[in-house]
Amino acid sequence: MVVTAPGSRAVAGRPVRPALIDCDHHNELDSDADLYPYLSARWLAHAKSHGLRGAAGGMYPRFMPHREDARPPSGRKSGTDARHTVRHFIEPQNVAYAVLIPLNPSASQLNLDFGSALATAVNDWQVAEWLDVDSRFRASITVAFEDPVGAVAEIEHRARDKRFVQVQFSGRPQEPMGRRKYWPIYEACARHGLHVFSHAFGSYGQPITGTGWPSYYVEEHVGPAQAVQAQVTSLVFEGVFDRFPIKFVSVENGFAWLPSLCWRMDSAYRLLKSEVPHLKHEPSEYVRGHVYASTQPMEEPNRPRYFHKMIEQFGDLFDHIMFASDYPHWDYDDPDQALPVNLPHAIQQKIYFDNAARLYNLA
Amino acid sequence: MSLESPAIAAARGKIGPGTIDAEIHNVVPSSEALFPYLTRHWRETITQTLFKGVADASFPRGAPTTTRPGVTRAEGQPAASTLDQIKADILDRGVAGGILTCFYAVDSLRNPDAAIALSRAANDWQIAEWLEKEPRLRGSLVVPSQLPREAAREIERVGDHPGFVQVLLPVRSHLPYGNRIHHEMFEAIARKHLVVGLHFGGHPGNPPTPSGWPSYFVEEYVDMAGVFASQMTSMITEGLFDEFPALHVAMLESGFTWIPAHLWRFDKEWRNLRRLVPWVRRPPSAYVREHFRVTVQPLDAPRDPQQMVDLVDQLESEEMLMYGSDYPHLHLRDPEADLLAYLTPGHAARVRGDNARTLYRL
Repeated sequence: MVVTAPGSRAVAGRPVRPALIDCDHHNELDSDADLYPYLSARWLAHAKSHGLRGAAGGMYPRFMPHREDARPPSGRKSGTDARHTVRHFIEPQNVAYAVLIPLNPSASQLNLDFGSALATAVNDWQVAEWLDVDSRFRASITVAFEDPVGAVAEIEHRARDKRFVQVQFSGRPQEPMGRRKYWPIYEACARHGLHVFSHAFGSYGQPITGTGWPSYYVEEHVGPAQAVQAQVTSLVFEGVFDRFPIKFVSVENGFAWLPSLCWRMDSAYRLLKSEVPHLKHEPSEYVRGHVYASTQPMEEPNRPRYFHKMIEQFGDLFDHIMFASDYPHWDYDDPDQALPVNLPHAIQQKIYFDNAARLYNLA
Repeated sequence: MSLESPAIAAARGKIGPGTIDAEIHNVVPSSEALFPYLTRHWRETITQTLFKGVADASFPRGAPTTTRPGVTRAEGQPAASTLDQIKADILDRGVAGGILTCFYAVDSLRNPDAAIALSRAANDWQIAEWLEKEPRLRGSLVVPSQLPREAAREIERVGDHPGFVQVLLPVRSHLPYGNRIHHEMFEAIARKHLVVGLHFGGHPGNPPTPSGWPSYFVEEYVDMAGVFASQMTSMITEGLFDEFPALHVAMLESGFTWIPAHLWRFDKEWRNLRRLVPWVRRPPSAYVREHFRVTVQPLDAPRDPQQMVDLVDQLESEEMLMYGSDYPHLHLRDPEADLLAYLTPGHAARVRGDNARTLYRL
């Protein structure tokens, strides 16, 4: 069965494959200078004289360049040109909606006011150069979340534009995401029906492990699954989901870790519930109510039956798993080749379209 | 100096058939208990200054997880701090033998001299009061893991004692254990044919998550699986087992239900990025099956027993799991009823004892 969502279209000369929603699609800055037109005179002068400053040594360098074949004709970095992205990816892959996630330096700035100014600039850039270019784009509100006051102001300013569907956190905020420092942000999200997500990598200076800096990029690239589990654990045990009816989306962390995390949280809770009497339910119930995950990098067990067994472990929770490509990054998952096994059409339809359509209200 | 008395040497090696408990905590009851093994300088320092010994935040003293109900108590002594307690609660209850895991927080000591002195004292205490008295038990060395060269020296000093089969390292460290800064320590462990016992907890002073300090112990407890995963990633990626092919790691109190999903991701990243670490010649999961063992608690079991069986199947090895009670800590699941009952008799026998016998050469 071919599913064609509003806004999707067939490409001449190719069989029409089912439309999909891409939950991790990167709109890239070629350099910080792309934001200069969107900065006030005060912050433009600051950017030019003092530059951007995050925690020195607080980031593992990215070893791998973006997909070279996605580079626009201008020669700028891959993913920097909305029109080229549409021609190169959105049209041929029959993407009904692509949720934009702009990896950018605003939340890692030590100067919080400058961070907020950069976040505003990123969002203005998204409106002018992405959302207004193609109706299939949806966007994430960039905020300098280490300054919740500034972040809430940006959410209030942006929330009227319904093309913004969620609020962006990096993989490693300064504190676990459930800590009350961030609650004003969740309150603002709840007020406007926005989701909260955490995208792998990015930190305020913390290493990718709970035990210090690793030496090799392979370790950096295995680590996000551990980081996001700490975020889910924190959001659950702090009682965030009782206080704020928000959804949390894990992006670029894979998803096979979710069942074992639920078992571990439930078993720890049964032993230690006296420490967290504010919780009303078992941890896995909060996950079922509030936690979603996008697929990339799709876990690939070495035996197909393990993937099928994993889906059994998820049970209903598999309705919370949504396809993501990570275009145009090097570890991109191709929609046609990402799944390591053949799944029944009904399940594929959920992963590639229905689960995200329901979460983001993209009928 | 002879490392052990002739009588105990004769008895050692005579652990009978049956269950091996691969995780029994023997607890140093107090700094004063180590006074016979400390120099006058440290006895005076502990008596006369505000320095009282190691910190101990890994297991909150009164938390339900720390001491299970029904543990034998000795007058004025903490649980699991005397041999008689462990005899009564473990060895007299159908367990043939076991591995003592003295998780003594010398890694909390910033003063290197204190860390060295208390490590030595803890090991001499273990030799005199445990290993020399009970041939059914084997011990784990306490080392100042934050000072790898000093840890190597301590392993050199007492690692030949036949009662010691393992070096206990807190899973939380300053830097991941694959980092070369730890090289001398692992070289000594390998040279003495000891097992690396990687244990829940630790006091490195850096947070246990990649995103700062959690508010609650229950979070830290859950998050510790992620720290174990990161150590596994580090040790394999940074080439520890290529450098020391005979090295084995026993993960203690790590849980194991997270391992299959972690390895699927790790193998995938290795396929993608292996040219950056060319010494890693096999998929990480192959290293794990060869070099890692894991005790069964906390069981963190799915509700459906069939899913438990599936998970054990996904480890792709009958040699990885070892029965360990984690005495005197409390866990809710009973490994017999919730795990071993579902395995084949042969596999269950391996988990009950054979895997530990092979690993620790009992």
